[in-house]
Amino acid sequence: MALADARTGSGEPPKVSLLYNPALRSIVYQVVTLVVIVAAVWYAWNNVVQNLARANMTAGFGFLNSRAGFDLAQTLIAYSSDSTYFRALQVGLINTLVVAAAGIVTATIVGLLVGIGRLSHNWLIARLCTVYVEIFRNIPPLLVIFFWYLGVLALLPSIRTIFQHVKDDPNAVFFISNRGIYMPAPIFGEGFGVVLAAFVIGIIAAIGFTIWANARQRATGKRPPVLWVNLGLILLFPLIVFVAVGSPLSLDYAVPGSFNMKGGMVIGPEFLALYLALSLYTASFIAEIVRAGIRGVSKGQSEASYALGLRPGQATRLVVLPQALRIIIPPLTSQYLNLIKNSSLAVAVGYADLVAVGGTILNQSGKSIEIISIWMLIYVSISLITSLFMNWFNAKMALVER
Amino acid sequence: MAESITYVREDFLEPEKAPLSDSSAIGWIRKNLFASVKDSILSLLALAALVYFLPGLINWLFVSAVWIGADRTACLTVDQGGQLPAGWSGACWAYVGDRFVQFMFGSYPRDELWRPLLVVAMFVGLLVPFLMPKVPRKGLNAILLLIVLPVIAFFLLLGGVFGLRHVETSLWGGLMVTLIISFVGITVSLPAGILLALGRRSQMPVLKTVCVAFIELIRGVPLITVLFMASVLLPLFLEPGNNIDKFLRALIGVSIFASAYMAEVIRGGLQAIPKGQYEAADALGLNYFHKMTFVVLPQAIKLVIPGIVNTFIGMFKDTSLVTIISMYDLLGIVKASFGDSGWITPVTPLTGLIFAGFTFWIFCFGMSRYSAFVERRLDKGHKR
Repeated sequence: MALADARTGSGEPPKVSLLYNPALRSIVYQVVTLVVIVAAVWYAWNNVVQNLARANMTAGFGFLNSRAGFDLAQTLIAYSSDSTYFRALQVGLINTLVVAAAGIVTATIVGLLVGIGRLSHNWLIARLCTVYVEIFRNIPPLLVIFFWYLGVLALLPSIRTIFQHVKDDPNAVFFISNRGIYMPAPIFGEGFGVVLAAFVIGIIAAIGFTIWANARQRATGKRPPVLWVNLGLILLFPLIVFVAVGSPLSLDYAVPGSFNMKGGMVIGPEFLALYLALSLYTASFIAEIVRAGIRGVSKGQSEASYALGLRPGQATRLVVLPQALRIIIPPLTSQYLNLIKNSSLAVAVGYADLVAVGGTILNQSGKSIEIISIWMLIYVSISLITSLFMNWFNAKMALVER
Repeated sequence: MAESITYVREDFLEPEKAPLSDSSAIGWIRKNLFASVKDSILSLLALAALVYFLPGLINWLFVSAVWIGADRTACLTVDQGGQLPAGWSGACWAYVGDRFVQFMFGSYPRDELWRPLLVVAMFVGLLVPFLMPKVPRKGLNAILLLIVLPVIAFFLLLGGVFGLRHVETSLWGGLMVTLIISFVGITVSLPAGILLALGRRSQMPVLKTVCVAFIELIRGVPLITVLFMASVLLPLFLEPGNNIDKFLRALIGVSIFASAYMAEVIRGGLQAIPKGQYEAADALGLNYFHKMTFVVLPQAIKLVIPGIVNTFIGMFKDTSLVTIISMYDLLGIVKASFGDSGWITPVTPLTGLIFAGFTFWIFCFGMSRYSAFVERRLDKGHKR
């Protein structure tokens, strides 16, 4: 009543019934929503407690410190079956990030090429790129993974064939089999840190040189040979240091063992299948985004840059692409996020990513609530971090208007 | 003097023939394939790749493929125990033909197949007029397609009433499951997505927070985790001793996931409606419900039809993930058949996957073509 009185500004009873007061209605709606949600959560929680009690289980994250007891195929950090569940999840997270990063880089490159190819004046190239996009866009990524894993990689030579091959040609160092690609593993000797340091210094110097070269170009109109100097700084300088400290790098070759190849480095078929499928699938979407972005820049822009005397390459690089990027970046971000989320399909071929490792732990310990909340927490964080970074990049590239 | 002006022609010149570069095949090739040195190199490379791969592909898929056969021996080479010459490789379509009914309907009882077939017939009969813009009575059609048909299909497929034999969902499989899951996902996600989108744009803080949290959480995680949640956690959340159907769990998971994505698409449409439309509806004295259903939503949804169809396509592809929670949709049942001892050959997996891929492709490509068609149609109205 007090509300209504204040609105009409008189002591008389309001003409409108309280039922139609928007402020009151909104409060009622929200209270009802809140009550429904609280009741649902309470109901679910009650059931969880009862269900867990019936199964003689307890909730909590204490199990993360117990022994995992299973082996993982690809581990970039020290891990054995004696490690804890927590360690296993760390391995899984790293594997997820590895395949996602590799996939993002490849998908971006392939997508860029195909997207530009679709706009090519060359009829054949444009058609081929269209066929690629239309095929991969319309097939489930899981099917593409199975295609590589069961259809292609499983048909590669078996390990026994490789053994035969090694007998025939003892100097071979690089093998492709249905258990993965074997290649020599680098072993970093003492003093390799110096080479790494030289590499980092080279990159910093190259950035400095580029800034200086830009300033010089603005001042004098002449551009110093940036590409060659930078290549020298980034590649030649560490190479010289590498030779100077006595080449602290040796290779560990893969050799036939009793059942499998020993030593060396192996890229498993699970990783390859997942990586190829994610890259090729996402590349088809990125190609469409790139195409839309480039077509979104009006033709006058490239004509104007030709009128200014820029070569076609320069016009693309300095005028068209920076403007196209503004259109491209937001949808590109969501494709990156999709790729990261799709990397969870690893579980289908047994690549030890976060979901696969978590699934194994879930089956072993039955801690479903904990595992699923860990998954969700990590994926939501990765998504948030990626979109924050891409938003920052987008803001940096955005048109600065007056 | 006038007679001496002889340079004025009185008859027209014969039109010149179009330059050779425009009309002839060679001209076309020069213009489109060999315009510059770079172009020529690219064209030659592409041609070389085509010549190298295409004959092999066609040969593998059609020429050397095995079309008839009763079991695996039809697709095995001599040294593997069959009759085909050593070194043979080709598609084994005999296997797809043999398993076709299974790929379509899973283990659905063979003498009850008329039930899913009847549902398919009704579905096609209602969907085709619904998709054709010129056919009238869209409202009635939508009600029949989205509300009446699912109810009929539910009783018809599951059975147990009207003297129909009960068919457990664990027997369902193949393309039928893929279509059911995506159809249910689509039908649930559209209204749920609209509600979530409206909630996200509402002025009420509690409602808004709940919707934003739900949408962002679901969109931030992979579908697999949502499916795991539905298949593992849902039984935990319900009354002790419940035995919620596995198929239903997958449906719930997919619907939740699709609703969050649909909500964002609809929100895009809501944001594109000018503020004047909302204000005009207010000025006419419409209440919130009327304002949304009669003024805002029709315009907003029309704007985002391509986005909605894209979400459908994504969802259709994503249904293949139920394979991972051990359900047998099209991909799952094709994959399961690789272990079938009657048909184990080296080429079975590739053949099966190409078949499944082609089936998925047809559906998705069809949907995307339809979306493009609707987009073109809607564009006309906005041209000035």
